[in-house]
Amino acid sequence: MDVILNVLYIIVPAALIAATPLLLTALGGLFSERSGIVNIGLEGLMVMGAFGGIVGTLYFESIGFGALSPWMGIVVAIILSAIFSLFHAVASIAFRADQIVSGVALNFLALGLTVFIVREVFGRGQTDTISDRIFTTTVPILSDIPLIGPMFFTRMFLTTYIAIGIVFVVWYVVFKTPFGLRLRSVGEHPMAADTMGIKVNRLRYIGVMLSGAFGGAGGAVFAITSAGNFAGGTIVGQGFMALAVLIFGKWHPFGALGAAIFFGFAQALGTSAQQLPGLSSIPQVYFLILPYVLTILALAGFVGKADPPKALNTPYEKGSR
Amino acid sequence: MLKGRFFGLIVPLIAITFGFIAGAIIMLLSGNNPITGYVALFQGVFGDTYYFGETLQRMTPLIFSGLAVAFAFRAGLLNIGVEGQLIVGWFTSVYVGFTFDLPMIIHLPMALAAGALAGALWGFVPGLLKARFEVHEVIVTIMMNYIAMHVVNSIIRTYFIDSAQRTEIIAPTASLASDWLMQITQFSRLHWGFLLAIAACFVMWFILWKTKRGFELRSVGYNKNASAYSGMSVKGNIILSMSISGAFAGVGGAMLGLGTYQYANILPSFTNYGFDGIAVALLGASSSLGIFFSAFLFGALKEGANNMQAAAGIAPELVEIIIAFIIFFVASSYLIRWIYSRLQSKKGAK
Repeated sequence: MDVILNVLYIIVPAALIAATPLLLTALGGLFSERSGIVNIGLEGLMVMGAFGGIVGTLYFESIGFGALSPWMGIVVAIILSAIFSLFHAVASIAFRADQIVSGVALNFLALGLTVFIVREVFGRGQTDTISDRIFTTTVPILSDIPLIGPMFFTRMFLTTYIAIGIVFVVWYVVFKTPFGLRLRSVGEHPMAADTMGIKVNRLRYIGVMLSGAFGGAGGAVFAITSAGNFAGGTIVGQGFMALAVLIFGKWHPFGALGAAIFFGFAQALGTSAQQLPGLSSIPQVYFLILPYVLTILALAGFVGKADPPKALNTPYEKGSR
Repeated sequence: MLKGRFFGLIVPLIAITFGFIAGAIIMLLSGNNPITGYVALFQGVFGDTYYFGETLQRMTPLIFSGLAVAFAFRAGLLNIGVEGQLIVGWFTSVYVGFTFDLPMIIHLPMALAAGALAGALWGFVPGLLKARFEVHEVIVTIMMNYIAMHVVNSIIRTYFIDSAQRTEIIAPTASLASDWLMQITQFSRLHWGFLLAIAACFVMWFILWKTKRGFELRSVGYNKNASAYSGMSVKGNIILSMSISGAFAGVGGAMLGLGTYQYANILPSFTNYGFDGIAVALLGASSSLGIFFSAFLFGALKEGANNMQAAAGIAPELVEIIIAFIIFFVASSYLIRWIYSRLQSKKGAK
């Protein structure tokens, strides 16, 4: 029993920490895809966010903001990625580009631009390492709760709690507000929405820019809490995994929360299986591919059918039917 | 209205121009001289037969990945999984290359076929899921890319690690390396695979335009319902086209394994040949000839980027930015059409 508990005390915090960037980015993808715009570019938005987060933190550190710098870095990342996502928005909404192709181009562009700037500014392929990180905290009273305390309230990042709080906000916004209703209607049946006087394209722009903001936050949180600096290899695949989280979570905020924790769990198992009794004999590769295999199975309907918004990946032209 | 053939040429050309203009603007903003930069880029491709040989070597797998994307695209499918199909093809061909001891006439074709088969299998799965369960191929193929990379890395790490991070070198009987091609290009890594790539362009053209199957594939791509109504098997054609697409990608991987590197190594991240294949196919308008030229353009950009850094001090990632912009503009061909029709109607008004 003690062995199992000790394993959980290692794995659960690690899983929640790994889940945080995925969750934030997937929530971003939710806004975009609920409005009918596929966002394969989440990876690129995370890259831009990681870049903005690290460069922002370095800048605010240098002018003396101290421990506040990483938080301001995250804000920089959110703004930068929201603006950057306009590339995808304009191409896929105004110019009616294939949304998947435009997302792929966004990924290329993010990596090219950020590494280019880093090389020009720092003279090498990576930035300096930030000194004011967001550190793990142990919540004073809650961590003393037996069983749960050491799992959920010890050595955690504040960002993880914030992200989980945001899930509830996103759920409320998407399902309980007029804005959310309009956003979803645009993703399901844009022509009907248009008939009701809803500005289809404007809502889609908002959806994509929100995905930029959230994706930027996800990338920045990953870079600031886990990596500490930015290079071309800081974000490798987390954006695609966030997309998988979104699909696995059936385009629902709570679904995404569950899927993100699950994927975080798989990641944490992959990195710490070697230290765990009973799991060290299982090759790491099984844990590495687990999230991807499960996503495929989920899509094929073996783990419950996931239905995307109906108008996903179709540009809206006024007057067409 | 606009003539199709004319527009098929004008959109890529305008996209390339816009891409280079965007690159020039970024060079200006970052305090570099665009003229110096582009001259260095150009010299890094044509300045020396070695550079030129390396450019042709670089474009070889790009032709295959471009053909792979285009082949699926013709049947109305977007194969983002070329990257994974290429990785499994790379490893499998190398595995056959160093395991067997056979005369070249059997060994080399067998290694190539093994690469094609592995890629085809990696394309078959998303094809089957699409046909059988209507799962969108884009997401499945992205997931398959990661599975391919992790599985191949793990297999190499567990069973075949030789020195550093790679397998042993393949037997000479499975190698595409060519002393003659190397000599005329000052010992670049140009190999016979380049000729195979040209042959592959013909193969795709032949399958698509000269066979009944190819007609069916294109027909399914144009209109699924009409094809089903006229008695074609839509599902069968989806599976087939993803498999053939994967086979092209797998042979592209074999080009790297049997030609350029002669081994397979543990990949820290994706090779990007698969993703570049999307750019190649788009710019080449999914036609064999177009793919040949666009693979040359992207191969040249990537090769020239080295000299751009060495001679003009510009970070090589500029090339990635240019490529991204070219994709944006090709994908946004609606914009180019719109501008063009505006210009035409203005002319008409006068």
